[in-house]
Amino acid sequence: MEKSAFPFLPETDAFRYGYSVPTVAIDVAYVAGLARLRLSPEEIETFGNQLEQVLAYVKKLEEVDVQDVVLVGEEKGFQNRLRPDRALPELSTNEALENAPQRGSGLFLVPRILE
Amino acid sequence: MSFAFSTIQELRKQLLAKEVHPKELVESLLDRISSVDSRIKAYNYLHPERALEAAEKADVSLPLGGVPIAVKDLISVRGEPCTCSSRLLEGYIAPYDATVIERLRGAGAILLGRTNMDEFAMGSSTENSAWGVTRNPWDLSRVPGGSSGGSAAAVAAHEAIAALGSDTGGSIRQPAAFCGCVGLKPTYGRVSRYGLTAFASSLDQIGPLTKTVADAALLLEIIAGEDSRDNTCEPEPAPSFSAKLGEEIRGMTLGVPKEYFVSGIDPEVEAAMQKAIAHLEGLGATLREISLPHTSYSIATYYLVATAEASANLARFDGMRYGRRAPGCDDLLETYGRTRDEGFGREVKRRILLGTYSLSSGYYDAYYLRAQKVRMRIREDFLTAFRDCQAIVTPTSPMPAFRLGERTEDPLQMYLADIFTIAVNLAGLCAISVPCGFTQSGLPIGLQIIGPMWKEETVLQVGYAYEQSTNWHTRRPSLGQG
Amino acid sequence: MTYEAVIGLEVHVQLKTETKLFCGCRNEFGAEPNSHVCPVCLGLPGALPVPNEEAVIKTILTGLMMGSSIRARAKFDRKNYFYPDMPKNYQISQYDQPLCLEGGVNLPVLAFPKDAQKEEQALAGKRVRLVRIHLEEDVGKSFHLENCSGIDFNRAGTPLMEIVTEADLTTPEEAFALLTTIREILRYGKVSDVDMEKGQLRCDVNISVRPVGTEAFGTKREIKNLNSISAVRRALKHEIQTQIHLVSSGGTVVQQTLRWDDARGETIPMRTKEQAHDYRYFPDPDLLPIRTEGRLRTEAERRMPELPETKKGRLCQTYGLSEYQASVLASDPPLAEYFEEAARSTRHPLPLANLVLNDYLALRQEDPGQVPVPAEYLGELADLQSEGTLNSRQTREVLAILIQTPRPPKEIAKERGLTQISDSQVLEAFCREAISANPKSVADFKGGKSAAINALKGFVMKKTRGQANPQRIHELLESLLREP
Ligand SMILES: [Mg+2]
Ligand SMILES: [Zn+2]
Repeated sequence: MEKSAFPFLPETDAFRYGYSVPTVAIDVAYVAGLARLRLSPEEIETFGNQLEQVLAYVKKLEEVDVQDVVLVGEEKGFQNRLRPDRALPELSTNEALENAPQRGSGLFLVPRILE
Repeated sequence: MSFAFSTIQELRKQLLAKEVHPKELVESLLDRISSVDSRIKAYNYLHPERALEAAEKADVSLPLGGVPIAVKDLISVRGEPCTCSSRLLEGYIAPYDATVIERLRGAGAILLGRTNMDEFAMGSSTENSAWGVTRNPWDLSRVPGGSSGGSAAAVAAHEAIAALGSDTGGSIRQPAAFCGCVGLKPTYGRVSRYGLTAFASSLDQIGPLTKTVADAALLLEIIAGEDSRDNTCEPEPAPSFSAKLGEEIRGMTLGVPKEYFVSGIDPEVEAAMQKAIAHLEGLGATLREISLPHTSYSIATYYLVATAEASANLARFDGMRYGRRAPGCDDLLETYGRTRDEGFGREVKRRILLGTYSLSSGYYDAYYLRAQKVRMRIREDFLTAFRDCQAIVTPTSPMPAFRLGERTEDPLQMYLADIFTIAVNLAGLCAISVPCGFTQSGLPIGLQIIGPMWKEETVLQVGYAYEQSTNWHTRRPSLGQG
Repeated sequence: MTYEAVIGLEVHVQLKTETKLFCGCRNEFGAEPNSHVCPVCLGLPGALPVPNEEAVIKTILTGLMMGSSIRARAKFDRKNYFYPDMPKNYQISQYDQPLCLEGGVNLPVLAFPKDAQKEEQALAGKRVRLVRIHLEEDVGKSFHLENCSGIDFNRAGTPLMEIVTEADLTTPEEAFALLTTIREILRYGKVSDVDMEKGQLRCDVNISVRPVGTEAFGTKREIKNLNSISAVRRALKHEIQTQIHLVSSGGTVVQQTLRWDDARGETIPMRTKEQAHDYRYFPDPDLLPIRTEGRLRTEAERRMPELPETKKGRLCQTYGLSEYQASVLASDPPLAEYFEEAARSTRHPLPLANLVLNDYLALRQEDPGQVPVPAEYLGELADLQSEGTLNSRQTREVLAILIQTPRPPKEIAKERGLTQISDSQVLEAFCREAISANPKSVADFKGGKSAAINALKGFVMKKTRGQANPQRIHELLESLLREP
């Protein structure tokens, strides 16, 4: 079988050292905040670099013509799958609370919520 | 003699003939585990008393009556931990059974223990586990693959008769290939995901890891089929997957995607592949070159779709209702931040960040939506290809098992281990990996057989024909350093 | 300079269903905390949502009732933000493909607060346009304890419908009227009980002010989680004054999310809430899209009730009721239905309406545990009264008995000897007796004191133990006294 050039492997070194692709600058701290991850400055730096590489790599998806693409669930002949409004077994309060790191008076206790 | 080396099929015969009692079987496996698992670390959790108790009462007339099965540690089993190999779920005891577990119990199977994995199924080496790395039974200095590395290693090291794993981008097939066992990823929607801790909901499927193709068919038959608790599970009744086993593949056309045979593949893998192709031709199949033109986009597509979904799926792990909560925090924000920072490993954080970023304000269309559309192109490639062939054959992985630590800090190198398996998940297809040879140094190599949606019978038929006419599956690992 | 307010509402309504939106737990208010929960609504690892068909149908029905266009295809999305009352840290909602788009609601006069019903604005009959109606899951309930918060997830995952209006409202009274009207329509469709006490209607308001006559919008502020219609009115009143005061004294309104403290009558800026509202919406991969055409739509259409406005008009037309009577009946669909059933067995619908709206309602309120009175008896009773057999006091007496032990009203009247005497000959005899027994009153009357006739009437009523037809006695006495 004939070998084609290497189309699917990201040319790791090339893109790692940022050949033609301008790196995508990301505000890692902002993203980490959204995801409720408290990262160390070291992690912010490392992850930031790695993410920028990955994002530079995924830019290649822009080459694909995606006009008129039909997404799953939008095809013809698609059928609904809904549930009848009938009660099903529930967990007991004890079962529900058993895993809670902190509980009391039948409630899950959490750090104070500010409004 | 130990029963640990048997297949499900062999044990079924012996159990029905009363040549072995389920309890002996469980004891046999527990012995095997206690003698080898310190070297392999396939299991996160065992509950011998429970398994023995279940064995005592097992009804061997049921389809899996008395057969012990290992389960990947991200499937919910009532009354047992389900840690997903994450510190964040330390202490969590699942209060309910996943649908597949209900079905295993209903079929008389005995739940033996929970197998190690990459944390939240994110990884290809089972090195991203909070509970330690699993080692490849064929070479203890190498990884078993991942993320279902514990399940694959347990089966390969005969610490389990069979196991369940989950496959989001190759997480059943790739470790099966690395460990020299059989791994089947069913069609998306074939097996209920209810009770499977979600990594990427539109890609995840539960499937069997077994010693033989026939066992995979048997196990799939038990776990597949409609479930009203999973909206994405197909209401179609599952057929008998064993029905076509033993049917000839003469006259069948098998596709070989030209985009998959490129430089960058390990030469020994490529050689084994060429031999496998010749072997299949020898069985009377016609091999035909096909094209999957969007192959080069699958990794990028996969990492956008999977991480976006994961970023939301993993948001629930916050130490509020279950799992480990970081102690000594002053307020809610600090609790969230520290719980998730201390609880998640690096790979998980990396993927959550990527997913969160790609969904964040202004980027949705450029990343997630575009990736979903490219995904449809990848799917169309397969639909077109399947007009000319009944199944597609490829290597399962471009390389054999790599060394521990070799790729941990190079995410992209790690992601490459999944290049041949990812597109199958993106397109929602079914595929099986069967052993197809060994490297000079004795590492297993896997052959992937991909079928159209809902055609598990076909991939099982081809896999069975190949397996039965070769003897790769009969080798046993040395459990030593390669 | 005069200012006007620009107001838009996001109305959250709890749907009346047996179970939650994505799991089979009971949708029940007031149960023990965390007693209606399961892996799905607790967001346990591995649990998956499956949509409740009934909630979808009720949302479509609401759309139909409010003139929305029902989208052929709708989907569920994940709205991502962290909050302890939300188990998955994302809410399953609908983002860009909701079940219903557009539509509108007319504001009838009587929907305005009583003290504003005479104002021009109330009389104008304004139409408020809707942006959309979508379906989403509710969150749990938090309780603020001394050093921490406690969460009850019984409400988590219950179906919540969100109705979003255009910023078409300009006064707190209009907002009040809109909510009153929406509540009435929802009760009509049996979509929700809209019980405020149970928090079944909650409302976020967006509000800005601008000089009258200008086009550009001012900076808007959001007041969250108002849980009664009158609180919405009070909060808006307060906020409009605050903003106008700010702007007219040269200040600027800062964009803010506020919380209304009803007890203190003031708005308070909220301290937390999602940073920058970056919700990262994306289609929920656990859920299939929904096609509304076919069964869902047909079922919603089948349940389509006659709407309040239509009903009012028809009641006026068919039974000759006053606008007020028709509105009161229309605001209580079961009562209206009862009235119409009763009307089938009477020749006098207008007196029947009075009977129903005054006496029947009053008696029913006194004793909510009463036995239902068959509607035909009420119709017959209206006939007995209208045709002079019973006077109004007797009618009430029969009704009171009817409510205790339903029987044909004629029977009750007979048993109690409650027939009104209308026979002229009999009455004339009583009247003549009254005249001869009360010469002084007769003299007074003849001397020009027309009120003196009342003493004579009282005499007859006493003699007949109240059974005389007062109208007839009056006529008879007058003509007898005028006899030469
Ligand atoms: Mg909302
Ligand atoms: Zn529930």
